[in-house]
Amino acid sequence: MGMTSIEKILAGHSNRREVKPGDVVVVDVDVAVFFDWMRPDVVRIADPDRLVLLHDHQVPAPTIAAANNARQMREFVEKFGVKNYFPVGAHGICHVLVAQEGFALPGKILANADSHTCSSGALNCLARGVGPSEMTYILCKGQTWFMVGPTTRVNLEGELPQRVYPRDVIHFIPGHYGDFAGRNLEWHGDGLTNIAMDGRLTMATISAELSAEFSLFPYDSVLEAYLQGRAKWPFEPVSPDPDAHYDQVIDIDLSSLEPQVVLPGKVAWNSRPVREVAGQKIDQAFIGSCANGRLSDFAIAAEIVKGRQVAPGTRFIVTPGSQAILLEAVRAGYVETLMQAGAVVTSSTCGACYGGHMGLLADEEVCITASTRNFQGRMGSPKAKVFMGSPATVAASAVSGVITDPRDL
Amino acid sequence: MASTFKGRVWKFGDDINTDLIIPGFALYLAPDEQPRHCFSANRPGWVNEMQRGDVLVAGRNFGVGSARPIGDVLLRLGISGIVAESFNGLGLRNCINVGLPVLPCKGIVDAFEEGDIAEVNWTTGAVHNLTKGTTLQGQPVPKALQDIVAAGGVEAVLRKEGYLASR
Ligand code: SF4
Repeated sequence: MGMTSIEKILAGHSNRREVKPGDVVVVDVDVAVFFDWMRPDVVRIADPDRLVLLHDHQVPAPTIAAANNARQMREFVEKFGVKNYFPVGAHGICHVLVAQEGFALPGKILANADSHTCSSGALNCLARGVGPSEMTYILCKGQTWFMVGPTTRVNLEGELPQRVYPRDVIHFIPGHYGDFAGRNLEWHGDGLTNIAMDGRLTMATISAELSAEFSLFPYDSVLEAYLQGRAKWPFEPVSPDPDAHYDQVIDIDLSSLEPQVVLPGKVAWNSRPVREVAGQKIDQAFIGSCANGRLSDFAIAAEIVKGRQVAPGTRFIVTPGSQAILLEAVRAGYVETLMQAGAVVTSSTCGACYGGHMGLLADEEVCITASTRNFQGRMGSPKAKVFMGSPATVAASAVSGVITDPRDL
Repeated sequence: MASTFKGRVWKFGDDINTDLIIPGFALYLAPDEQPRHCFSANRPGWVNEMQRGDVLVAGRNFGVGSARPIGDVLLRLGISGIVAESFNGLGLRNCINVGLPVLPCKGIVDAFEEGDIAEVNWTTGAVHNLTKGTTLQGQPVPKALQDIVAAGGVEAVLRKEGYLASR
């Protein structure tokens, strides 16, 4: 029987002719990504050239403990001769950096001890978040196990209307189909040609919130162009066999969508059109993270706040996905526009996204964010509430002081 | 490791996420201090009420969220195993790979009241409610994954094979 793209990558990396849902496979991992700290007790590793090391969650170090961890990582780099290391100054959020620097490549398997690793699925790369112990296993052995799940095929047709973005698509889906626990997502359809890499990366990243095992985009001309001059290694793209089996197919007409927010607490079955919650007062607005800290997100935010001011009593924080993106945003004038409007533009970090540092929420506060999670306590106080929206919805809300449909500005 | 675990049941709902199991701030505390903050947002005080050997029963999509070492924290608390309607894939990995037995089992939420005693064979999938005298059947994880649990997790394997410095 034919295989899906995901099944093909799993088969290819486990030396099998065929895999099917239900199988457990032991695969070779092509790229292993580590952030912020390394275990000091590792004696032997599989291959230093397959590692990418960087700082993102706690950078620049907000605590002494973080500074000590960072030093441990630098010692590891020295000890094992790791070439692909991104020190402070060249740093970026792990998922943003592996795409930007050409480590996440079609047909490859990439692992990282972070749930949004599925982000690299936008590059036709089979990428998965794993836990810290498993990451140590991959570091040492260069292998891990995956369970082959059934795959949902999502067909996107048409073009998104004005002020509706890929972020709205990836909010709409769990709002109407719930979670995809134990399942894979493959993205297809002519509508994809209208979704640029930044948008695909957003959608692949938020697939973690849909509980998907893997989320994979096809290799097409958009991706081909993106990889030109960027790919660090040779690669072989994958596409599904014509008779591949998808036990669920979801068809989405992009032109029918409108801006969507996810209400606080959870993602499955929890989205609404923005207009239904418009008027909800906010204390903080945030654009950033591995989902929406890219140049196009800066462009959208800058366009919306240009000539306007962040509403009194509202904080607007914008964090780039990498230092390289920040530099581009400075050059393009987006940073100036945002700062003139009263926004805070930070260094690249995960800080506000996970409630770690720089931008936590107080008790009872309300935030609208274009980062990744709306869980209770995620961005600070467990008594705060976090709504999620597209960067346009967040920027429109920042200047209005209340949740605002970006089409209404 | 034994193929069964038995203990008093604590019930949790659907979509129990990793931020509830380990809040963001606790993530950067010493491993021994992390468990104290487990479920502090949704069930303050629970860590003082639960006892070693207790069993978690949960709804759909248990462990959704980040790569935080949820299995490690629950093991440190002394949870003997988790039975849930379904697991998030990453949450499941983070239990199996540290040697915490898990069992996906449809109908588990309705089959138990909090405080009932569960006896669970996580290799055959048989779940007994010893308080009610009822039985139901879960879907055990594949044998290859049971072997990882039985070995005490992947780090135990690395240690045995000399990849990690001995403690
Ligand atoms: S930006 Fe947020 S979701 Fe992304 S890796 Fe950092 S903490 Fe995780």
